[in-house]
Amino acid sequence: MEIPFEPGFSWTVLIDLSLLTLLMLCGLAMVRMRRLFGVAMLSGIYSLLSAAFFVVLDAVDVAFTEAAVGAGVSTVLVLSGMALTSKREQRVSSRRTILPLAIVVIVGAALVYATIDMPAIGDPNSPANAYVGQAYVERSPEDIGVPNIVTGVLASYRGYDTMGETLVVFTAGLACLLLLGSGSIRGGRKVTDPAPSEDEASPVGEAPAPARPLSDGPR
Amino acid sequence: MFAVATVAVVAAMALVLVRAIKGPTLYDRVLAVNSFGTKTVLLLGLVGFLTGRPDFLDIALLYALLNFVATIAILKFFRYQALAPVMTGVDREEDRHD
Repeated sequence: MEIPFEPGFSWTVLIDLSLLTLLMLCGLAMVRMRRLFGVAMLSGIYSLLSAAFFVVLDAVDVAFTEAAVGAGVSTVLVLSGMALTSKREQRVSSRRTILPLAIVVIVGAALVYATIDMPAIGDPNSPANAYVGQAYVERSPEDIGVPNIVTGVLASYRGYDTMGETLVVFTAGLACLLLLGSGSIRGGRKVTDPAPSEDEASPVGEAPAPARPLSDGPR
Repeated sequence: MFAVATVAVVAAMALVLVRAIKGPTLYDRVLAVNSFGTKTVLLLGLVGFLTGRPDFLDIALLYALLNFVATIAILKFFRYQALAPVMTGVDREEDRHD
């Protein structure tokens, strides 16, 4: 039962193209930039852009996760990691960048080559829409009765899977908190601890409170 | 009309991205991220109406809330150099750099 399908032009293709162009510019700027604060801010913008891109592609739940985790949580996590390290990225000698560049170019070329085989967006005969997906779309109103099919699949058809995932993520977060403790995000010293005195040599990596925190002055 | 508005919003996104890349100060970048989030919210709404399915407007509203929280978190981080500090209300003198 081959459904006739003609991939056509729509306005959203132009939005896709412009969003992808902005994504590429943002990524290039992140690679070029040495100031880590700017990179953190640009990664937030990158997440927002890709979230918008996912919405245009109708993957609303993925987009929401991307916006919450990418733009919200990970920006703050990157900033808190940056407080423990340097404000600028060290220069790397250009000889050491050749091999990673070659690997990235080869893998990227392979991925682009793989996209040639992909079905057109919205093709009803593509494997993702034809077999199980179609069954979910047809049967979930009677089986579950939830208007959102994605919610129905996640919470009912794959309920045990979702429960296991939640358990794993919760355990990982709990283990990180137990290992690191709440003091680690402040550089290992609790707020209630007395400040290290002047003659006491501060250990490596724990900088004293910077006089000019994270300022973004001229390069 | 929605198409024209979408083009305008995308152009504004490009301009904001330029500001975020060029800087030069910290606050330019924070403000760029914040207004980029706002542009994303607008773009989502416009795309919803452009494709004739404005069902995802509540998602755009959630983006607006998230954007607000993220900006507050970033600015609080600058102020206190930590995410969970004791907020005594005492301004440390070395934090003032504006």
